[in-house]
Amino acid sequence: MSQAAEITPRAPGSLAPREAVRLLARVHAVDAVGLEGRAAALASRSIKKDAKLWALDLAIRCMDLTTLEGSDTAGKIVALCSKAVRPDPVDPSIPSVAAVCLYPQLVPVAVQELAGTGVKVASVAGSFPSGLGPLDARLQEIRDVAAMGADEIDIVLNRSLFLGGRYRETFEELAGAREAAGSAHLKVILETGELGSYDRIRQASVLAMAAGADFIKTSTGKIGVNATLPTALCMEEAARDFFRETGRRVGIKVAGGVRAAKQAIQYLVVLHETLGPEWMTPDLFRIGASSLLNDVLMQIDKQRTGRYQGPDYFTID
Amino acid sequence: MTDAIQTPMPSWEYAPAPESTDIVKLADRYGLFIGGDFVDPKSGRWFETINPATEETLAEVAEAGPEDVGLAVDAARDAGTTWRGLAGSERAKYLFRIARALQERAREFAVLETMNGGKPIKESRDIDLPLAAAHFFYYAGWADKLEYAFPGRTPRPIGVAGQIIPWNFPMLMAAWKLAPALATGNTVVLKPAETTPLTALLLAEVIREAELPPGVVNIVTGAGQTGAALVAAPVDKIAFTGSTEVGKLIRRATAGTGKRLTLELGGKAANVVFEDAALDQAVEGVVNGIFFNQGHVCCAGSRLLVQEPVFEILIDKLKERLQTLRIGDPLDKNTDIGAINSRQQLDKIEELVASGVAEGAEMYQPFCDLPERGFWFRPTLFTGVSQSHRIAREEIFGPVLSILTFRTPEEAVEKANNSPYGLSAGVWTEKGSRILWMAERLRAGVVWANTFNRFDPASPFGGYKESGFGREGGLQGLEPYLAFDGGEI
Amino acid sequence: MSRVPVKRTAKLFIAGKFPRSESGRSYEVLANDGRPIARAAQASRKDLRDAVKAARSAQPGWAAMTAYNRGQILYRVAELMEGRREQFRSELADAGASDPDRGVDAAIDRWVWYAGWADKIGQVLGGTNPVAGPYYNFTVPEPTGVVGVVAPQDQSLLGLISRLAPAIVSGNTAVVLASERSPLPAISLAEVLATSDVPAGVVNILTGSTVELAPWLAGHMDVNALDVTGVPADLMAEVQTLAAENVKRLHSAPTSDPFSASAQSPYEVTALMEFKTVWHPIGA
Repeated sequence: MSQAAEITPRAPGSLAPREAVRLLARVHAVDAVGLEGRAAALASRSIKKDAKLWALDLAIRCMDLTTLEGSDTAGKIVALCSKAVRPDPVDPSIPSVAAVCLYPQLVPVAVQELAGTGVKVASVAGSFPSGLGPLDARLQEIRDVAAMGADEIDIVLNRSLFLGGRYRETFEELAGAREAAGSAHLKVILETGELGSYDRIRQASVLAMAAGADFIKTSTGKIGVNATLPTALCMEEAARDFFRETGRRVGIKVAGGVRAAKQAIQYLVVLHETLGPEWMTPDLFRIGASSLLNDVLMQIDKQRTGRYQGPDYFTID
Repeated sequence: MTDAIQTPMPSWEYAPAPESTDIVKLADRYGLFIGGDFVDPKSGRWFETINPATEETLAEVAEAGPEDVGLAVDAARDAGTTWRGLAGSERAKYLFRIARALQERAREFAVLETMNGGKPIKESRDIDLPLAAAHFFYYAGWADKLEYAFPGRTPRPIGVAGQIIPWNFPMLMAAWKLAPALATGNTVVLKPAETTPLTALLLAEVIREAELPPGVVNIVTGAGQTGAALVAAPVDKIAFTGSTEVGKLIRRATAGTGKRLTLELGGKAANVVFEDAALDQAVEGVVNGIFFNQGHVCCAGSRLLVQEPVFEILIDKLKERLQTLRIGDPLDKNTDIGAINSRQQLDKIEELVASGVAEGAEMYQPFCDLPERGFWFRPTLFTGVSQSHRIAREEIFGPVLSILTFRTPEEAVEKANNSPYGLSAGVWTEKGSRILWMAERLRAGVVWANTFNRFDPASPFGGYKESGFGREGGLQGLEPYLAFDGGEI
Repeated sequence: MSRVPVKRTAKLFIAGKFPRSESGRSYEVLANDGRPIARAAQASRKDLRDAVKAARSAQPGWAAMTAYNRGQILYRVAELMEGRREQFRSELADAGASDPDRGVDAAIDRWVWYAGWADKIGQVLGGTNPVAGPYYNFTVPEPTGVVGVVAPQDQSLLGLISRLAPAIVSGNTAVVLASERSPLPAISLAEVLATSDVPAGVVNILTGSTVELAPWLAGHMDVNALDVTGVPADLMAEVQTLAAENVKRLHSAPTSDPFSASAQSPYEVTALMEFKTVWHPIGA
């Protein structure tokens, strides 16, 4: 169980705009209280013993170890890559994470560090985090990071267009990004904290999936509201219906604010009971995080040794 | 590394997560709680109470005969003078004490509730016990404010209330009955259901620790005979929650006696899903509506009415959802569906389900292993059901959903109301005006719109038609325990 | 040559019409002093069945009217009674009322009083409930449906109206068993109702034997509630037993004196209503 993510070949591209609009029109409403109630009920699942170890192992294998700071340097990326490949230097049974997620300029560093390890290189692109640069420049940035060897590209939904009701243009931008990403996996960040309601989150999910996104992702981590369990549930319900409609499985990435192993397990429970076992793989689920990894390692150690752990026993990179 | 699609990992099995039963200390034998003490029954008879998930005996419980019931009523009568003589503000404090004690000992009560009744621990822990404590807290606050509850009227207690409660929410029903009765200055003889007496007896302990004057609350255990003795005893009021059949017997038994009566009886609620509903939440609501507490719920949404355009997708989603329901050990914190409360109830469910199959409805049950011992029934859907089928008309009181379709709002209302019952109803639509249109027309005491099976001490609950009369909960829940000038019989 | 007065035939009032009893029976009505003053129809159980049917079919429409409209319609009954007060006065005098004028005044005023409750009862006795969760929760009183009214034997006008007005103002429809001994004020009221704006079937009035008819009313499966004020004591147990069949709501007058202050109350209206509680999530 220690292999890093296996990446499926690029999914068939975007749907025809007419088909996308049809799907968008058929999106079911979301009742906020019901959705949050369901998420809370799932969060109260009690995951113990082997089931917990299994989940913690999967959480690592689904992790996009992330650094998106203006102050990131090559040195920091080298260290991060090392941690990504061997999260616990003294315990070889701990798997590698799925990917390292960073800014475009640092992609070559990660590509070099991670070559042959199975850990993917993911880069944000397309005027992250606002997504409001000139369209040509955004598409060019996507092409550039793909050319630099990024396996996965995380772009943002154009909330300006989407919230303004310009769905056709939103869709076309996303479809353009899909094309620009070439063979790289495309993750579309909805920035759910800015969409205002679960109905809009669900619509945005459908639009992104219809445009060919391989993953839909909650957040940039750059605003106050990050991933939440109900948000993930909402997107997963959209993915479930999209699969029913099109037969294509789209992945879910939760990002921002996931710091504790317990949260990670809760996200896995929601995933498991919403999309089922088929989605319990790094191919279809990711957690974007920076500080989560050490907490997961501590919890694994606790499960194995029966002792509560302290942070000094885990490396900081 | 290959580019092949990775096969899904072996499915994630949640490890058992049983709640410990260490917190519950059971006696071998429980007497009757009369006049503040546990006493042996004059009847000389005892019966065993079991855990329906294991069929193991938990304890022996006294069976109250007519003489025992008479003593309990005498004790309640004697205590009445003291109790009604107390200032409301002081009566309130006793009820607040009970509420607090229930919060303190919630885990213990929840575990015992699950052991004796078979309901999932997550429900007894998260719903039954918190709500029971909340009921005491809510009505405690009314005790010294009754003059504000009924403008223009001067309320006074009725006297001694005989209260008979069912086995589906043993502790919660005890709270629904006791809290308003005590707040309004009445004294009580409570009879818990014969299959689930233990939490009421633990409550007796709490009542004693709260130092309620002896005799204010008396608890007599036993089966139907004990209930009949209580109905026949010289009480001033009977409050009953249970089947419509027994409710009618009680109505007849009290005819001409002048005893006040409230009845909270059966139901066959329609849960109506329109095509524009928030479907994924509707699925949750439908599941919660019928599988909550194994469907042992008088207000269960046991008739699903689906608007035809979304019939197929809703059924698909429901079936998919049913596969994720976890049935088994009620003490496991991840169990969604626990044990059927008794062999007798299981027989009844099986008989009605067989009738559904025989009448030509199509049955669906997810595959799941059932424990060897104990009483179990898989969550069950019936499609192709028509209004005339027994499974569409009779209360099954189990995890069995009958699904029908409709085309127009008028048809939905007509079908929903086409029942002698009228306890609850559900409506799922995103259209506000339609919700209100439906809510106005559904002949049911509780209408849940875009939700189902929600309860709150501040919210009145009770039925139309053969689902009974009188309300429990809220301001309206005080009235059945108060006398005014003249009036009701 | 003196004119021969035209006498009234006292008939039943069902679905807005004045049929004779299908049984062909009638009985002699005596004044309080024993003088025969009329014959009244003696309704049968089949007449009762027809009356319930009429009440059921009128009920949804009556309940669907706005409360404002129902209030005006009941107020109009008071207006019309005022115009016929001499007739009611003489019938009460015949029935032995000590102060017939006072009886007529109070009966008319009672309509006015209850008419005003039509659009206030929900405000005063319903409300919102502060539940512990993200839900909007409110409770409204609603009509229970078809109500049987066994009117008191005494106070044949005020006693009847004190039971009937609160029963129908909320949107219920009624089947009334009039005072057996003094049915004429009830018949006159029927004639007022027939010429008022009260829709046909909202009030149906039967005259005849209370002992014969009350059990049929109590056992009828399409009657939702029963006002048993006029049920004789020795019949009460039977009536209550029969009422169990469809779990009828039973209610009786708060006082035997309809002139007393407690005889009119909004609680007389809600006693024949159902409290419905509606939940809805609060979410964006």
